[in-house]
Amino acid sequence: MAMEILLLLGLLAAALWTVMTTRLLRSVVGLALTSAVLSIIIFRLNSPVAAVFELSVCAGLIPVIFITTISFTQRIAKSQIQERRRERFIRFFLLPVIVVVAGLALLRWLKIPALMLPAAAGETDVRLLLWNVRHLDLLGQIVILLAGAFAVVILFKEPRK
Amino acid sequence: MMTPELSQVFWLYSIFAALLFITGLYCVLATFNLIRVLVGVEILIKAATLLIIVCGQLTGRQALAQAIVITLIVIEVVIMVAAGGVILCLYKHNHSIDTRKLKNLKG
Repeated sequence: MAMEILLLLGLLAAALWTVMTTRLLRSVVGLALTSAVLSIIIFRLNSPVAAVFELSVCAGLIPVIFITTISFTQRIAKSQIQERRRERFIRFFLLPVIVVVAGLALLRWLKIPALMLPAAAGETDVRLLLWNVRHLDLLGQIVILLAGAFAVVILFKEPRK
Repeated sequence: MMTPELSQVFWLYSIFAALLFITGLYCVLATFNLIRVLVGVEILIKAATLLIIVCGQLTGRQALAQAIVITLIVIEVVIMVAAGGVILCLYKHNHSIDTRKLKNLKG
């Protein structure tokens, strides 16, 4: 249990750092760190396939997309940096306080539920489940990937002369 | 019926998922930078992922939870790529990704 609490605290700290840091690149690194910690948690919850996806895609690919996007934009002028930092501090200094207060309130008032759980049933292998039972999900994934590819093609289409 | 130990684990993970959700939501609401809004959405999705996996563990249906999370991750990547493209196009036209300066559609 102590390890779980440590990992969850690490996850929350990484997410807070991601949101509160002033530089965008640090924010993206924080996001990758958050994903890496989450993938460890998922792995410890007996879900290795989802953990591998989380690690390779969310901690690997998505930060690359963000860094590519950031690299196409320009830095703000040096004269504006201090003003932006001050503005960000005013907007975000409340966040850790809100998170701590919400955490304490949930710990204090949220009662442990006594749920009636259904008996575990169905396919236990994720590969077989995905191919044999959830094949509509796969179809949906293919459609959404194609939609994303078309979106990128249309967004970056050069106008004809 | 859930065992007390299982209840405690579920309760703990739920609280942290809620705190992660609050963090992401605050980021989306408090920032004016479009890339930071996307980062906030990512954190919201992470909270949802954590809760789905925990519910799968709780009900003994880890395979189903993993299948849903894999679908979620694929959708997440496509959203990020498309949103990144939209942000770059906006930057090309407005030279800014600050939402306060995007007033081209204002009536």
